[in-house]
Amino acid sequence: MSRIKELFQNKKNILSIYYTAGYPGLNDTVNIAEALEQAGADLLEIGFPYSDPVADGPTIQASSKQSLDQGMTLKLLFEQLAALRKRVNIPVLLMGYVNPLLQFGVENFCKACVEVGVDGCIVPDLPMAEYEELYQTIFEENGLSNIFLVTPQTSPERIRKIDGLTNGFIYLISTSATTGQHLQVSEDTESYFSRITAMKLNNPTMIGFGINSKETFDKACQYANGAIIGSAFVKALDPNDLNGSIKTFMQKFKQ
Amino acid sequence: MSYFVNDKGYYGDFGGAYIPEMLYPNVEELRQNYLKIIGDESFQKEFHQLLKDYVGRPSPLYLAKRLSKKYNANIFLKREDLNHTGAHKINNTIGQILLAERLGKKRIIAETGAGQHGVATATVCALRGLECVVYMGEVDIERQAPNVARMKMLGAKVVPATSGSKTLKDATNEAMRDWINNPVDTHYIIGSVVGPHPYPDMVAIFQSIISEETKKQLIEQTGNDQPDYVLACVGGGSNAMGMFFHFIDDENVKLVAVEAGGKGVDTGFSAATTFLGKEGVLHGSRSILMQTEDGQVVEPHSVSAGLDYPGIGPQHAHLFKTGRGQYVSITDDEALQAGLLLTQMEGIIPAIESAHALAYLEKMTFTGKENVVVCLSGRGDKDMDTYMKYFNL
Repeated sequence: MSRIKELFQNKKNILSIYYTAGYPGLNDTVNIAEALEQAGADLLEIGFPYSDPVADGPTIQASSKQSLDQGMTLKLLFEQLAALRKRVNIPVLLMGYVNPLLQFGVENFCKACVEVGVDGCIVPDLPMAEYEELYQTIFEENGLSNIFLVTPQTSPERIRKIDGLTNGFIYLISTSATTGQHLQVSEDTESYFSRITAMKLNNPTMIGFGINSKETFDKACQYANGAIIGSAFVKALDPNDLNGSIKTFMQKFKQ
Repeated sequence: MSYFVNDKGYYGDFGGAYIPEMLYPNVEELRQNYLKIIGDESFQKEFHQLLKDYVGRPSPLYLAKRLSKKYNANIFLKREDLNHTGAHKINNTIGQILLAERLGKKRIIAETGAGQHGVATATVCALRGLECVVYMGEVDIERQAPNVARMKMLGAKVVPATSGSKTLKDATNEAMRDWINNPVDTHYIIGSVVGPHPYPDMVAIFQSIISEETKKQLIEQTGNDQPDYVLACVGGGSNAMGMFFHFIDDENVKLVAVEAGGKGVDTGFSAATTFLGKEGVLHGSRSILMQTEDGQVVEPHSVSAGLDYPGIGPQHAHLFKTGRGQYVSITDDEALQAGLLLTQMEGIIPAIESAHALAYLEKMTFTGKENVVVCLSGRGDKDMDTYMKYFNL
């Protein structure tokens, strides 16, 4: 059974952490993964940086830029991740924009993921139709999950279609916004989450965007299998005390 | 061979809508409505009325006699520089503001490089009483101060883009982020034939008035609506697409697109996308863009802020790949010299963008019979600083 499937079968209130590869230090990528697992993270999303990250707010833009300035590339990332499965057991996804992936070659990318033990990916600007037509077979042949995003404006028909196309989980974006803002669970947000629950989808769900505290994490867990923290974690990373800052950050969510 | 968009939003291998889900409803709303709205009789009536009475169209097609003599061909200039606000950009913003109103939008956002599209957007927002926010790279805000002042005077809020290289592509990123954060009440007026489908098609349709008029004017002046050559400069490519549009299926009309070579195509300071770029995805569509081997977008260089963009519209990529269009490049120096030449031979100070198209005439050979149309996309007032410094005026 895949690592992702096993996780969702055995666990509730799944805590997933996003961070940018090659940040704060170029070679911190696997160290952070290991420290996060030890501090209680259930799932990791490692961002491969892109020069023009339109869906991201200032924090992830800045971490991406620093990582690129330090020399990060997809090729280098896969070299770093060669050590991943010696040190990390929890499922790992790669998250990034479509252009670096296209230049690397989708098939090469999928093969490299399998080789280093990455379980799937999230590519926010890869459209469903293009995925279905051009890339779905390659992903499935390699046993990789491709995770799609759903927003409060996504229609029920489209959500059903996404549910049929993916085999990991569905990434529910809390509000239509870029990353790094604060989740406010209004009546609208609540009815959006409830609407998704009522659809009884095949895939589990995770809520992301705006999760930055124990309170917002717990709130999100009421409506989904877990939640994803990104910007708040990236902001908390202290280059001078990487492990310490990770531990301190994670403790807040593990109380 | 079709050179126009298919029902999936593609031009051959290029186009599509590579956007995060957060933008899907906005773009889908446009996709479902743009042709219906544009085709509506009341829209057409209002659009053409404004183009006539407010923009000052039709813009003249001027036979530049001294230039014609110099180059041994009949050189016609399509005078988009005479439009209200000084460039072709207003054709598109008039169209899109009318469309935004019909979609019930209350707030307008735009990106701008040189500030021409920002000014054209701020202008139509003032005209229709809509809130206007323009994103502009911090670097461009410094080098285009007069246009920033114009936008502010027109009531727009100018927001500096401080991410990345702080120029046009980053302003576009910021505008897209704004749209993600304001999905319901806001319309994003993209200024060129770039972005996710349907933008490249929609902007091309609004700019196609350029070639529509040119054909009629050519019949009046030469008796033949098909010139031998049509030339235009290409950054993202909106004036070129407007200039090419009604000639694309006239296969005996040669389409020449002039890119900004910057300091030279091989110097590392260039914006000549078809020479330096590879296929990829930028700002929502598959096209040709300047990028590293790793797929990171490269910062272009051109003396002209309006051509300083690392990609081209997907329809241009298609015209290039199929060979229907000839894509060439002109350096900063060549463009500035061509700007001076036009000024002194015809009494017209062109925008440095448009001067790129004029400069290519130097590299062509004619027999005296050819009819050549050059799109003079904008006037040079905004570029006086650059001209003054370069020529020590």
